[in-house]
Amino acid sequence: MDIFLQQIINGLVVGSVYALIALGYTMVYGILQLINFAHGEIVMIGAMVTITCINFLIGHNVNLPGPLLLALGLAMAIPVTMLLGYLIERIAYRPLRKAPRLAPLITAIGVSIVLQQAAMMIWGRNYRAFPAILPSDVVEFGGASITTLQIAIIALSIVLLIGLFLLIERTKMGRAMRATAQSPDVARLMGVNVNNIISLTFMIGSALGAVAGVLVAANYDQAHAYMGFMIGLKAFTAAVLGGIGNLGGAVLGGILLGLIESIGSGYLGDLTGGFLGSQYKDIFAFLVLILVLIFRPSGLMGERVAERA
Amino acid sequence: MNLINSLPRKKGTLIAFCLLLLVLPWMISSGFQSGSSYLRALDMALLFIMLALGLNIVVGYAGLLDFGYIAFYAVGAYTYALLNSPHLQAMLPSWMMYPPFVVSIVICAIVACVFGIMLGAPTLKLRGDYLAIVTLGFGQIVRIFMTNLDRPINLTNGPQGINNILPPQFLGYNLGKPIEWFGLQFEPVHLFYYLILFFCALIIVVSIRLQNSRLGRAWVAIREDEIAANAMGINTRNVKLLAFAMGATFGGVSGALFASLQGFISPESFILMESIMVLSMVVLGGMGHIPGVILGAIIVSITPEVLRDVINPLQMAVVGRKVVDPETLRMLIFGAAMIIVMLVRPEGLWPSKRRRAELRPATKGIALQEKDDLQDAERNHD
Repeated sequence: MDIFLQQIINGLVVGSVYALIALGYTMVYGILQLINFAHGEIVMIGAMVTITCINFLIGHNVNLPGPLLLALGLAMAIPVTMLLGYLIERIAYRPLRKAPRLAPLITAIGVSIVLQQAAMMIWGRNYRAFPAILPSDVVEFGGASITTLQIAIIALSIVLLIGLFLLIERTKMGRAMRATAQSPDVARLMGVNVNNIISLTFMIGSALGAVAGVLVAANYDQAHAYMGFMIGLKAFTAAVLGGIGNLGGAVLGGILLGLIESIGSGYLGDLTGGFLGSQYKDIFAFLVLILVLIFRPSGLMGERVAERA
Repeated sequence: MNLINSLPRKKGTLIAFCLLLLVLPWMISSGFQSGSSYLRALDMALLFIMLALGLNIVVGYAGLLDFGYIAFYAVGAYTYALLNSPHLQAMLPSWMMYPPFVVSIVICAIVACVFGIMLGAPTLKLRGDYLAIVTLGFGQIVRIFMTNLDRPINLTNGPQGINNILPPQFLGYNLGKPIEWFGLQFEPVHLFYYLILFFCALIIVVSIRLQNSRLGRAWVAIREDEIAANAMGINTRNVKLLAFAMGATFGGVSGALFASLQGFISPESFILMESIMVLSMVVLGGMGHIPGVILGAIIVSITPEVLRDVINPLQMAVVGRKVVDPETLRMLIFGAAMIIVMLVRPEGLWPSKRRRAELRPATKGIALQEKDDLQDAERNHD
């Protein structure tokens, strides 16, 4: 079995999910210059609602093929997360748009804590197993193996990414979003309803986050109330790596981070003569991030940012 | 003279306040049933005040958003623990082990300061949120090393952490055991209160002195506009590094005291959430304003402890049975409180005069306010 190819495949699977989540961070950042700390919790809630839905359907003897069950679960989870994204923006960020810039950061942290604890109340502290409804046939591929689930994850991510790019580049709404990101005031003068666009941005990001959460849960066969924090952190790192505020950068950063992590965990032990094991893979990821930012202080594809604090 | 001028004007109030601080532990231990746990919370609150004041230098004065601040607390705590526990006895020469308490604290401060400069140096070019994510990365790196450096050489004892840390002893007294003075029984938790209070007061004084110093004004200049500050002849590189070093030193001292208070440390205490909590203390209280930051630290660290005791009886009284896990409910309320406070007072609970004037210009002309501040600064600077 080719280990290198295997690590690349694993990296691409994880990386494509990171990319989906990183887009949520970067879209909001592009418009509001705000780190939406609660985005990771949205991802978690998307996964939890889907699992609950699927279990409910199975519990009521609904006999449908696995992918259809998953689609029904997602059809429930996406509106829930979109509503949450809308509410978070309305309650916690919109009143603070003119406030000092650390104020919305603190409300974001507060929202994150509230969502996490609410999830613990609803779903408990324990790990939730992802129902075994999806086929997990293994495909041999040039000496490495990939499950059909992993292929589906990559395929679905690519479809969503293309859909998002078409939405942003080809539709009137997308043009309004780009205009708002460039200059909210001028966009408003041109007849764009900036508040609606910002709400929409949050909703689209949340929908992508919900899908990503389900993909993560399916990939690892489990979900729990604390999962959002770490995955949100990773995706945010990916967004910064690519250059925050830049959509292409988020995708590039997500995939790179996934690859770095999986190659790091596979080869770190060999590279350092057994001194550093795979438990240092997160360090490896952060070191790459720090090195990239030292040489390109605004990320791989980002533009120079003005000074703010 | 300078120092006395910068203290609150009413000396009587100040003296009364100091006296209150001295008798506070006795009031708490006699006033509440679970007094000693509140006393511990009070000790922790003092430690958090020190941490928040340290982060206030980095974020509040110099305007450098730091998400990895807890790393310096960790460095201080681990340095103290390694010097004052049997863990490394076999490896270190015996003259290095168990130094006198004050020497330990100084070593911890120096080590944390070096770490501050080491981690600050590569980030000098970065701005805003890029700086935030890199400091976050450094914080994570320090924590991961602490969790994993039990192999190949057992330096940090991994996730189990280090225990049997010797309590501080000086002048022949051991702070880990009750001491009787003048017929009063001083429990360790009381003794630590006075010890930490002393260091806390020291750090407050240093903070006040820094604020009105040439360096403090250089930090504020950098926060407001780095390029303009540079043009005015401020060496922005050195001044930024000094901010990191100063903040890290405060964190290191606080960490050393934490290790000596706990007698046990593990990487669990130094997770990212702690960095975020310290940051929210600074912002909730009022960035860059010392009394505000102190207030923020007290509120953020004490509220969860008070809620712990209030939530369950309240739940019993209202619903009559245990509906939700009190631990979860308490954090939920805490998070909601953070949101509400920020929405109501975006500039913090107790902001500095200048900041309030910037944000609420309607209350008083900014120009007038700035003039007041300028006069204040001049008065304090002779």
